[in-house]
Amino acid sequence: MPDATERLEFRNRDQALRLSERLAQVVARIGRPLAVMHVCGTHEQAIARFGLRGLLPADLDVVMGPGCPVCVTDQPEVDEGVALVRQGVRLATYADMLRVPGTAGSLADARAAGGKIDVVYSIVQAVELARRSTEEIVFFATGFETTAVTTAAVLSGPVPPNFSVLSAHKYIPPAMEIIAETPGCRMEGFLAAGHAATITGWGVFEPFVARHKLPVVVAGFEPLDILAGLIALCEAILAGRQEVINCFPRCVSRDGNRVALDALWRVFRPIGGRWRGIAHVPDGNLRLRDTFSHVDARSRFTIDLASLWEFAPPSLTAACICGDILAGRLTPVDCALFGNRCTPSDPVGACMVSTEGSCRIWHDYGGRNRSGETL
Amino acid sequence: MKPFVPERISLASGAGGRAMRNLVESIFLNGVTSPPGAVGADAMDDGAAIPLGNQWLVMTTDSYVVKPLFFPGGDIGRLAICGTVNDLAMMGATNVLGLTCGIIIEEGFARSDLERIQASLQAACAEAGVHVVTGDTKVMARGELDGVVLNTAGVALCERVVRDCTLQPGDRLVVTGTVGDHGMAIAALRADVGIEGDLRSDVAPLRSLIAAVLNAVGEGVTAMKDPTRGGVASALFEMAQKSGVSLLLDGPAVPIRHPVRATAELLGIEPLHVANEGKALIGVRPEALETVLAVLRAHPLGRDAAVIGVVTSGRPGEIVLDTGMGKRLLHEPEGEPLPRIC
Repeated sequence: MPDATERLEFRNRDQALRLSERLAQVVARIGRPLAVMHVCGTHEQAIARFGLRGLLPADLDVVMGPGCPVCVTDQPEVDEGVALVRQGVRLATYADMLRVPGTAGSLADARAAGGKIDVVYSIVQAVELARRSTEEIVFFATGFETTAVTTAAVLSGPVPPNFSVLSAHKYIPPAMEIIAETPGCRMEGFLAAGHAATITGWGVFEPFVARHKLPVVVAGFEPLDILAGLIALCEAILAGRQEVINCFPRCVSRDGNRVALDALWRVFRPIGGRWRGIAHVPDGNLRLRDTFSHVDARSRFTIDLASLWEFAPPSLTAACICGDILAGRLTPVDCALFGNRCTPSDPVGACMVSTEGSCRIWHDYGGRNRSGETL
Repeated sequence: MKPFVPERISLASGAGGRAMRNLVESIFLNGVTSPPGAVGADAMDDGAAIPLGNQWLVMTTDSYVVKPLFFPGGDIGRLAICGTVNDLAMMGATNVLGLTCGIIIEEGFARSDLERIQASLQAACAEAGVHVVTGDTKVMARGELDGVVLNTAGVALCERVVRDCTLQPGDRLVVTGTVGDHGMAIAALRADVGIEGDLRSDVAPLRSLIAAVLNAVGEGVTAMKDPTRGGVASALFEMAQKSGVSLLLDGPAVPIRHPVRATAELLGIEPLHVANEGKALIGVRPEALETVLAVLRAHPLGRDAAVIGVVTSGRPGEIVLDTGMGKRLLHEPEGEPLPRIC
């Protein structure tokens, strides 16, 4: 049997080209410009990485929404991590979080100034770190429900007494509501993230469709997945059908992963909170339930945020339009800072930090390069 | 705009990408001068070249801090020899006069490990046909450095210096073998995620391979660079920027071994952004291409050689990657490639 990477059927070039022709036909039949939104940085990554924007019809605007958990992590949440590090606590977190700017710099700044921060690939590695250490280890947990379930799974079992979690986890369905309810929202449909739906099930979007009369397509992340998902979405728009369509059936069921969902809601409760640049998102943040306060860094430590108050927010952030970009109102090239004052090596806004962020993706891959436009 | 260097040096400044170049340019090249007619430090090439009679004396130096010290396919000793031999070779200098080797050891380091490193270093010298002719040893107190640090320098002679800034539109870009093997083997070990599979460093001395190519086509080779830290992307960026040309890469033509590709997908790391220690990128005039490929593929270290792109006269310094489905920019890595959350 050939190696799995030799059989990348979902990256088949000829089929991709055929799907793009089909997509063009459907969009031509709609007969006017239209915009749809995906809510996942991995979708934007794949679109950019495989050069798919050149395959999209000119009348179809595929907009990236608030689909980057790092980007929507707000300054106060970064500040909590920075404050803990400055208090001498050892922090473990995902690499993406390191350079997200807070009020008094980023975690990377805190590390360069002597703070103890370990980069891990998963919470399991953070637990291992705690097992091998006598120090207090705080895992700065970020990510959407896809990642939150891994935190929940680990906290559902035994963890070392010196281990706790600072949760900045986010839950995406309420953010889709916020976007759809924004006055003047031009989105005619949503492409939902296949991996998140693997956990939640596609059924989680049914109330959304019923409320907002907009179609939702659950799609995977390979080039053919994305193109097929966009075709299904445009066909639904053309036919005026408001429904959830599952274009990722090899992973996603209606009910999702029940074991994971049980763990998720046993460990976390949803609370309202600000998403950076967007708005207050009701039920958009995941915090540990009281029954898990013994592993909740917010209960365990007095986080001295006041120590950061002497630092004013970076002055350039006022000119940053991350919020409009995350809400799909503007694109990175609309920002005066993009590519000159705001670059991956010296980011102003969070969208330039993470490889999931739209500014970073456009900066790295050349953005909306319709064939002939920029390349 | 002035290159950005943070107030405190972070790991990114040593990772071979843009951040490192900013550091070197704004601090270490400040006020640096070169001997007349020489390729000096300010050229930021793989080595320096100083005119000597009707020849060139080529020098280079490199320090080695790999973690872990021993990895599949090699160790810090083999790396220290190959790295310097390859930097010399990339300048066209395959007549190696001698190498130096300095070693700084942390108090408490195991003698058996030192013996292992030294044996490997000697074996690499024999393989490359070079000699370490002088050295230096220091020991520092425990905690003052991590394990062991090696430095090697090399001196070689050549008739013609090959630069990294002399690509011309129309040149074909050749890579001498598969891409990403060293960096992905190390990344998998560091990530400690228990990836199984044949991930091995490609660390090897390229002296005889490059000598064969240069003997066969001479000026048919227009430019060379070894894609070490920062990977193929970083090396191509430097070549394109310094040469004032644009590059069009044929994504599907880049040879990448399947375990490397799979690990890259899993860790979310671009194979073009991680280090190679036994590969070269060669700019080749179209008329010399067939000979270069034949010579490379006849050599054990060049079996997987491939044409991966062409030099164009588009926007200087821009690298366009054709994925087979569409075109996009290839970006220069910022710093250390980091895994993503999801």
